[in-house]
Amino acid sequence: MGNYVPNTPGEQQEMLKELGVNDIRELFRAVPDQVYLNTPLKLAKGLSEFEVKRRMKQIAAKNTVFSSIFRGAGAYHHYIPSIVTQITSKEEFVTAYTPYQAEISQGILQSIFEYQTMICELTGMDVSNASVYDGATAAAEAVIMCKERKQRKALVSAAIHPQTIETIRTYCMGTDMEMLLIPLKDGRTDLEKLEEMLDSETSCVLLQQPNFFGQLEDCDAVGEILSGTEIKYILSCNPISLGLLKTPAEYGAHIAVGEGQPLGLPLSFGGPYLGFMATTEKLMRRLPGRIVGETKDHKGERTFVLTLQAREQHIRREKASSNICSNQALCAMTAAVYLDAMGQKGLAQAAQLSMSKAHYLAERLCELKEFSLAYEGDFFNEFVTDYQGDVDKLLTGLEERGILGGYPLGAGQLLWCATEMNTREEIDALLEAIKEVLGA
Amino acid sequence: MKLIFEKGKEGRGCEMLPESDVPVTAPSEKFLRKKELRLPQVSETEISRHYTQLMKRTFGVNNGFYPLGSCTMKYNPKVNDDMAKLPGFTEVHPLQPESTVQGCLEVLKKTEEALCEVTGMDAIDFQPAAGAHGEFAGLKLIWAYHQDRKDVKRTKIIVPDSAHGTNPASAAMAGFSVINIPSTKEGYVDLEELRKVVGEDTAGFMLTNPNTIGMFDENILEITRIVHEAGGLNYYDGANLNAIMGIARPGDMGFDVVHLNLHKTFSTPHGGGGPGSGPVGCKEQLIKYLPTPRIINKDGSLTFDSKSEVSIGRVKAFYGNFLVVVRALTYILTLGAEGLRKASENAVINANYMLHLLKDTFDIPFPGPCMHEFVISLEELKKEKGVSALDFAKTMLDYGNHPPTMYFPLIVHEALMVEPTETESIETLKEVAEIYKQIYDRAQKEPEALHLSPVTTVVGRPDEVAAARNPILRYQFK
Repeated sequence: MGNYVPNTPGEQQEMLKELGVNDIRELFRAVPDQVYLNTPLKLAKGLSEFEVKRRMKQIAAKNTVFSSIFRGAGAYHHYIPSIVTQITSKEEFVTAYTPYQAEISQGILQSIFEYQTMICELTGMDVSNASVYDGATAAAEAVIMCKERKQRKALVSAAIHPQTIETIRTYCMGTDMEMLLIPLKDGRTDLEKLEEMLDSETSCVLLQQPNFFGQLEDCDAVGEILSGTEIKYILSCNPISLGLLKTPAEYGAHIAVGEGQPLGLPLSFGGPYLGFMATTEKLMRRLPGRIVGETKDHKGERTFVLTLQAREQHIRREKASSNICSNQALCAMTAAVYLDAMGQKGLAQAAQLSMSKAHYLAERLCELKEFSLAYEGDFFNEFVTDYQGDVDKLLTGLEERGILGGYPLGAGQLLWCATEMNTREEIDALLEAIKEVLGA
Repeated sequence: MKLIFEKGKEGRGCEMLPESDVPVTAPSEKFLRKKELRLPQVSETEISRHYTQLMKRTFGVNNGFYPLGSCTMKYNPKVNDDMAKLPGFTEVHPLQPESTVQGCLEVLKKTEEALCEVTGMDAIDFQPAAGAHGEFAGLKLIWAYHQDRKDVKRTKIIVPDSAHGTNPASAAMAGFSVINIPSTKEGYVDLEELRKVVGEDTAGFMLTNPNTIGMFDENILEITRIVHEAGGLNYYDGANLNAIMGIARPGDMGFDVVHLNLHKTFSTPHGGGGPGSGPVGCKEQLIKYLPTPRIINKDGSLTFDSKSEVSIGRVKAFYGNFLVVVRALTYILTLGAEGLRKASENAVINANYMLHLLKDTFDIPFPGPCMHEFVISLEELKKEKGVSALDFAKTMLDYGNHPPTMYFPLIVHEALMVEPTETESIETLKEVAEIYKQIYDRAQKEPEALHLSPVTTVVGRPDEVAAARNPILRYQFK
């Protein structure tokens, strides 16, 4: 059995003796007999570190690691520079708590301040928080943040990630916030319908760019529709795309959110990931989550602290506008180191490569008569194909060849993704594999 | 020290990616970013040294004693981190077919089974990413339960005044109104007050037990009975579960819903503020309301199940902070039943021992035996010498210690809440107790000096008022 208790059984006995306690049960005297456990929990016996490693490796080996991944749908396979993993494994960063004691937490606080600055730069917004749980909860928090006394309807595009829609639904359920879906038209948000749905009770409109189907939305048009109204415009973005594509601010958005996983975080079966959230100066005091600010110490030295805490649960309790304590700090640091290492050029390159590879992939797939693009609009690194054939058979055939194919959307549709990780050779090999499966 | 934006030079950077091997497709003008993107332009050497400097300005559990009450800053075993780095976990896409993720599903299932056994619950779900998120999910379960029974008048959640701020905040966020009830002078739930407020509008009662004073509520069975008889459900905030693993189970005490903090009790590191993991557990009658998908056994393999039509739905994308669960499972497999109990016993021994070392010097409003933590009140010291809990805590920094939680629970004035955890040795406890006494002594003799502390840290006390009044939340490029 592994053990992280330094005191030996002898020392434990001595300590009890010093406390005037004969039996440990006396320390637990407040625990009623009816619930005090006299038998051990039904759990396996503890293991040595040697054994536990073997056991965990056996479990990990039951997963398939695909050598070639053409699936995104909310989790993206990007290149992670070595320095990112090295830095974020430093024991101090890994084991510190939330930086409540600023004087001995300047490292964490400064890293968050730098992260906040980078998120502002990426999105074009004025203010960023220190992170939330993931892209889906960031979107839900943004919707809740827009609630006004008389405006409680959130219009959410049906083209955002379906799991984000589900999350927003849960956050709204049982409260006085209502979510309404804006229908689709040709794989994008139907803007005519959006205009019809707007009324005096609308609090916000949420779109995703690129949307779940990979399509680029006409976000400028949405900005124009909403300009001059009090309705808040929320855009959920892929952060890598912002190395190349227009910022939420350029579209006129009031709140930018998104899934930060592409910025240096591995796929990890869905988490931990990183929700980023940024807004305008005007909405700053409504932003949930931890926020780090710059101030001075008594000697006038630049110092960083957790700030704007009047929003938070530990001060305001049931009246709090923020109920986030633990966030994804180490993931935020990961994103910051990733952006340091990539720089503006590297990020633009990752975005450009992803886009080019996705278009090459689409072109190659459509050489086959069984595949055609489902939508005609512009896309970034994902696109949907209609497939004339048995989707299950195709995907299984690819899996047998070490390839994770597009994500099945039903009705013969597949959502494909390519990033800088997919070499031309790999894409060509995918085509050969598909031909083999089709021929079989 | 400089910000990363103040380092480097125009044109400097790292080369990470190759040239394109396919024809370049550029976005059409309409979608092209116009605004300049100002990211650092630094060499890899500069990045490496920058973060080494930041690391030196960070205090982790590896640096020293970290008795942050109710945060359970125990040692984070390194094997946990190693297991969370296995490519068999990190390189798995969340939307792979079930047959290719059986290992991940096994991690979640095995951890669920173990935590059910520890808590006495019938199911656990890992979607919630942190404690407050787990509370939100748990309260939604309570909401869904009453809705499903058409008992819609149950709109109130009762919370003792000793509770963490997240309890009332989560209740409000889940759509409930909150009733705060006072505690007795011993720090327990006031049964009379509880009896007075329960009724037909009671949706549930939230309790942290052991409570935030570090006391196990001896009336626990009476408390849960009162709430159940009124038709409400009992919610157990597992923030302080580290005191009772293998000793008592919330499920046996009459609780219907619990959330755990894997980043406290189950030794997963806190990452300077996250990622954590706040799984929510419940009794049989609430399972159908848990977030979907659930993981079930079917024909010898594990599979996702999203059938429940009364589920509260998702609280997050995918399945939670999966790699944190990998770490927790590693810990549970390492300790086993016996080790978990030993961990809790030693957490309680250490807290009582430290309380014992301090009790002649300090005012300890709820003298032991305590559970895994205890609270010191510096109210007298403040009155007599003007030395506050903040002054005291800041002075601890000069002795290379992380201070306890300050000004919490709110029901104790000038509170310092000390949670040593089981991974500290008797020598450390003695050393730190001596330091606390020395500081107390200094507070008597030179109280003014304590107002100026800390003096050995890289910065002094920050001007928090200025930070909030005139927020500077990002670097302004020159």
